[in-house]
Amino acid sequence: MRKIPLQWAAFALIALSVLLTGCSDKLQWYVVSPATETGRANLLFMLGGLKYTLLLSITAIVISIIIGLLVALPGISKNPFARGFNRVYVEVVRAVPLLVLILWVYYGLPIMLGIAINVFWAGVVALALSDSAFEAEIFRAGIQSVDRGQIEASDSLGLGYIDRMRYIVLPQALRRVLPPLGNQLVYMLKMSSLVSVIGMEELTRRANELVTAEYRPLETYTILILEYLVLILVVSAGVRWLERRLEVKDGR
Amino acid sequence: MSQSDVSAPVIELKNLSKFYGSFQALDDISLNVAAGERMVICGPSGSGKSTLIRCVNQLETHDSGQVIVNGIDVGKNRKALREVRTNVGMVFQQFNLFPHLTVLENLTLGPMRSRKMPKDKAVELAQHYLERVRIPEQADKYPSQLSGGQQQRVAIARSLCMEPKVMLFDEPTSALDPEMISEVLDVMVELAETGMTMMVVTHEMGFAKKVADTMVFMDAGKIVEQSTPAEFFSNPKTERGRLFLQQILQH
Ligand SMILES: Nc1ncnc2c1ncn2[C@@H]1O[C@H](COP(=O)(O)OP(=O)(O)OP(=O)(O)O)[C@@H](O)[C@H]1O
Ligand SMILES: [Mg+2]
Repeated sequence: MRKIPLQWAAFALIALSVLLTGCSDKLQWYVVSPATETGRANLLFMLGGLKYTLLLSITAIVISIIIGLLVALPGISKNPFARGFNRVYVEVVRAVPLLVLILWVYYGLPIMLGIAINVFWAGVVALALSDSAFEAEIFRAGIQSVDRGQIEASDSLGLGYIDRMRYIVLPQALRRVLPPLGNQLVYMLKMSSLVSVIGMEELTRRANELVTAEYRPLETYTILILEYLVLILVVSAGVRWLERRLEVKDGR
Repeated sequence: MSQSDVSAPVIELKNLSKFYGSFQALDDISLNVAAGERMVICGPSGSGKSTLIRCVNQLETHDSGQVIVNGIDVGKNRKALREVRTNVGMVFQQFNLFPHLTVLENLTLGPMRSRKMPKDKAVELAQHYLERVRIPEQADKYPSQLSGGQQQRVAIARSLCMEPKVMLFDEPTSALDPEMISEVLDVMVELAETGMTMMVVTHEMGFAKKVADTMVFMDAGKIVEQSTPAEFFSNPKTERGRLFLQQILQH
C-alpha cells in the first residue's frame, strides 16, 4: 500500500522525461534553470504561488467540511422536509460548474449583496460551496454506514442526539470517510487552479504570467505539472499516515 | 426498590400491540415484572420476543396499549424516555460495543454523559463492574481485541455501570461459540443472585431452570403460557409449549 504513490510518481516522471526528450531540440530549460540567475528568479516566482494554492484549498476544504456536515445531518433525519432540504442543496450545488460558480461569486455576488469581495475570499467561497455538496454526500454515506446496533446501544444508555452523534456515530463515520475526504482535498488542490481566472496569484496564475513574459509554455507548464504532482503526493502521504494512525488506535 | 411500593411492578405492559406494516408482531400482550423478579421469555423464531423486550425501553415503539416502567408511561411521556432508559440496562445478541472506544471508555461514557458523573467516579465504577464480570485486566483494550465471551461480559458491565433497576437481555449467548456461553451465563446467574430484576430472552433452558421465577412462552406475537419454570418444564399447559420444549430439549 505505502509504495504505490512512489511507484506511480516514478512512472509518471519517467513517462514525462521520455516525452520531453522526444522533443529535446525544442526544449529551452534556461527559463527555469536553477543554474542561471533569471532561471532561479523564474522558479521562485512560480513557487511563490504555492502559498495561495495551499491557503485557498485548506481554507475552502475546512469550510466545505463544516457545511457538508451541516447539510448531511438533515439528510439522515426522519423529517421529510429536512431530507428535502438536503436533496435540493446537493442537487443544485452539484449542478453548477465550478468555473461558473467562481465567476458568479466574484462578479455577481457583490452586486447582489452590495459588498466588495476580494479575489481570495471569492475563490474560497466558490470552492467551498461547490465542494460542500460532495462532502455532504460523503458524510451522509459515512453516517449511514454506522451499524444500527451502535445507535441502539447509545439509546439504551440514555444518550441524547448530540452525545450520540459526537461520541458514537461521527467518530466511527469519520474513520470510514477519511479516504474519500482525502480525495476531496486532492481534488480541491487541483480545482483551486481555476481561481486563477479571476486573478488569484496561485500556482497556475504565476505560471501563466511567466509564459506571457518568457514565451516558453512547454517548460513552464511542465514545471507547473511537477509542482502539482509533488504537492498532491505529499498530501496523499499525509492522509494515508492519518488513516494508519486511526487504525492503530482502534487496535485493528 | 428503596422507596417504591414492593407490590408495584417495575415493568407493566398493558394490552400491547405492535405492527410492522400490516404484520402484527405483538398481539395484545399484558405482563408485569415485579422488583427482583427474573423472567425468562422463550418461543420459536419470529414469535416476537425481541420486539417485546425492545418495546420496554422503546427501541421499538408500540402501536397500542401501554408500556409503564417505574411508574412512567413511556408511550405518552417521550420526554421522560431518556430518564427511563438510564434505569433500564440492555444487553444485545451482537454485543454492540463501541469499537472505537476502549473497554474502559465503553463503560464510562454512559455514566459520564447520561448521569453527569465526574470522570474519576465513573472510572472507579467501571473498574468495580469489570471485576464483577471478571475481566479487570482488559480495561485498556479495544473490543476487537477481546473474545466474544469477553465482549459480551463487557457489554453486561457497560449496562451495569448505569446502575439500572432492570436488566433486559436479548439472546445474550446466541452469537457466542459454545465454549464461551457458560462464562456469560455464570455472570448472569451471579447478577440474578444480587437481586437484580431481569427480563431475559434465551433458549438456554439450564439457565432458565436455575434462575427464573417466571417463564413466558410466546408464539405468533402472543403470550401462550406464563408459569413457574417447574410447571412449564414438567407439565406445559399447551400443545405448542410441549412441542417447543421437545424441539429445544432434543439438542
Ligand atoms: N423491522 C422489522 N420490519 C418488519 N418486520 C419485522 C421487523 N422486525 C421484526 N419483524 C418481524 O416481526 C416478527 C417478530 O420478530 P422478533 O425479532 O421479535 O422475533 P423473535 O421472537 O425475537 O425471533 P428470533 O428468535 O428469531 O430472534 C418476525 O416475524 C419478524 O420477521
Ligand atoms: Mg430475537
